[in-house]
Amino acid sequence: MSTRVMIDGNGAASEGLRLAKVRVVSAYPITPQSPISEKLADFVVQGKLDAKYIRVESEHSAMCCAIGAQLTGVRAGTATSSVGLALMHEVLGVAAGCRVPIVMPVVNRSLVSPWSLWCDHQDAMAERDGGWLQLYAESAQEVLDLILIAYRTAEDARIQLPAMVCLDGFFLSHMSDAVYVPDQAAVDAYLPPYVCHNFHLDPNDPMFINNLTPTAEYTEMRYQQAVGFNQAPAVLLAAMADFKRVFGRDYSLLEAYQCDDAEAVIVTLGSMSGTAKYTVDQLRGQGKKVGVLKLTSYRPFPAEQVKQALAPVAVVGVMDRSPGYGAQVAPVATEVRAVLSGKPVQGFIAGLGGRDISPATFVKAFAKLLTGEITADVDWVDVKENALTIREVK
Amino acid sequence: MLTMKSEARGLIAHGVSACAGCGLELAARVILDVLGANTVIVIPPGCAALFSGYGNETVTKIPGFQGNLESTAAYAAGIKAGFEVQGRGDIQVLGFAGDGATVDIGLQALSGALERGDKILYICYDNEAYMNTGIQGSGSTPLNAWTTTTPGGKSVYRKDMVGIVAAHKIPYAATASVGYVDDLRKKVAKAQAATATGPAYIHIHTPCPTGWGSKPEHTIEVARLAVQSQCWPLYEITDGVNYQVTVPVAKPKPVAEYLKLQKRFNGVAPEELSTMQTAVGQDYTRLTNK
Ligand SMILES: Cc1ncc(C[n+]2csc(CCOP(=O)(O)OP(=O)(O)O)c2C)c(N)n1
Ligand code: SF4
Repeated sequence: MSTRVMIDGNGAASEGLRLAKVRVVSAYPITPQSPISEKLADFVVQGKLDAKYIRVESEHSAMCCAIGAQLTGVRAGTATSSVGLALMHEVLGVAAGCRVPIVMPVVNRSLVSPWSLWCDHQDAMAERDGGWLQLYAESAQEVLDLILIAYRTAEDARIQLPAMVCLDGFFLSHMSDAVYVPDQAAVDAYLPPYVCHNFHLDPNDPMFINNLTPTAEYTEMRYQQAVGFNQAPAVLLAAMADFKRVFGRDYSLLEAYQCDDAEAVIVTLGSMSGTAKYTVDQLRGQGKKVGVLKLTSYRPFPAEQVKQALAPVAVVGVMDRSPGYGAQVAPVATEVRAVLSGKPVQGFIAGLGGRDISPATFVKAFAKLLTGEITADVDWVDVKENALTIREVK
Repeated sequence: MLTMKSEARGLIAHGVSACAGCGLELAARVILDVLGANTVIVIPPGCAALFSGYGNETVTKIPGFQGNLESTAAYAAGIKAGFEVQGRGDIQVLGFAGDGATVDIGLQALSGALERGDKILYICYDNEAYMNTGIQGSGSTPLNAWTTTTPGGKSVYRKDMVGIVAAHKIPYAATASVGYVDDLRKKVAKAQAATATGPAYIHIHTPCPTGWGSKPEHTIEVARLAVQSQCWPLYEITDGVNYQVTVPVAKPKPVAEYLKLQKRFNGVAPEELSTMQTAVGQDYTRLTNK
């Protein structure tokens, strides 16, 4: 029912789009996403994917092409990262507002400035309230699986929202792993052919999409999107349960690792979760009661599940991979604090611009939590001591 | 009795809220009349968005999508591709955008689509400024024209948009004018046929009484004078190289006669006028020698 192959996260993302049988591909290269665009082009040339490949001249056009194609009733595939995602910003809102359920791998990479080619989450976090579902993968296998789960959810008549499947640049995109690639027949059974449930372009049924909307209706159309989001946790969970039935792998909106009796838990996102779990094992060996809460779904934010998972935990930390300038804490910590009113939640920031979030960083963070060194301020836990003199211009 | 709202002849309803004498409205009616109902239209923000409609109402009887200012061509390309892979490539996809949305902010996406050979029809209606946002200068605003962002008159020449398009060597490109509707109709039909093999582009001169300070009842006269003074030559280009003037102007009227009907050239000094006259003549000679 599936083949086990060595591929990296980008390979897994392209396999996901191939298995979803996207019919139009419009992608523009950007490190570390380029291999996805290349692989999809190869699939089309080799006849492994029956699609039209549009060699667009920008990410902005890539998203517009995808929206246009999908409005005619076919799945469209694209992928991006960092400044490419930022360039799409304007039209990401069009996909969301027109309820076009595109599924897009986003290979997380920091935003300028300064220039960096490497991983953090600021690109996706900048789009966190734009009406896209956001799922974060921990491994290449999760990349592939979450793409299929995202399609099932995004295209559900109750949801009709676009979805990003986020994978950490280089840590996941370029790291080879043994991945189960399901057979097409199994995917076909799981993922039905795409049908527009809503707006569509067809001369046999003419309608005008996305015209100027009066104030009297705008709020209501936005509210409809919110209703879609409200249903998303249940639909995601159903899609995950069905995924387990067909493919045997277990997913949920979040994963609590060693949380039951934990005194301190750190909330994580993406590839750092593996390191965090490893660190927990090490610290448990030393008798320290620590755990990890990995979020698979950031949008929708699984507030109820987070609340339950962290209810017995005395001290909570959140490891954000984006700075959240000007906010009280960074984006993930903001959500967690809002859910756990009254409980101390320490916001940590680490892993920016490709810096590895190593076990040592987690050890340091857990130590602070266990000794009660909690502050209202954000803790830039991996910042160097000479931060203010690095490249100082006098 | 004819119900104005639902039984309008043609594919655009009566009662569109364009200004009186709007050249663009006439262009849109003619174009859709030629293309027919098996067409999908993409319109960016701008005055043409009036045809997208408002709220629950639209004035077009064909399907359409209102996109973003810079990406009409990209949306059109995606829509065309979506139809093609479903075996419905016969559906005509039309991008219908203003000069700002074409010559300035949308140039990149348009160039991409032309270079790729996407089988779309792209029509730019040129009212020579950003009208919908209040008459600001665009890359297509002519030399010495007043706009709200060129209050002293535009100091540089307009972009040769059709030249830029032709440089992509697409099957069919043309200029047109609402003053010459027969010529326009023929070109739309040719462009439609050309999209069987690749992109087609038409750039239509559409006078704007509001922005140009011309009288609504003079729109056609202004449009015709632009052609007859050689300020707006009518020609077509096949495969990027074969130039053909479709309405030759052997004895041109003075440029001043064209400018006279519009307030936006009120501040033009005599020496500026003679510079314009010379440039227009030289451009026309270059064109006819191609
Ligand atoms: C990215 C972006 N920038 C600015 C605008 C504001 N805007 C709306 S219409 C318009 C002018 C369009 O001019 P043109 O394409 O010449 O069409 P016209 O209004 O003259 O019909 C502008 C600047 C926008 N919609 N999007
Ligand atoms: S401003 Fe000009 S182009 Fe716009 S609707 Fe009025 S006349 Fe037409």
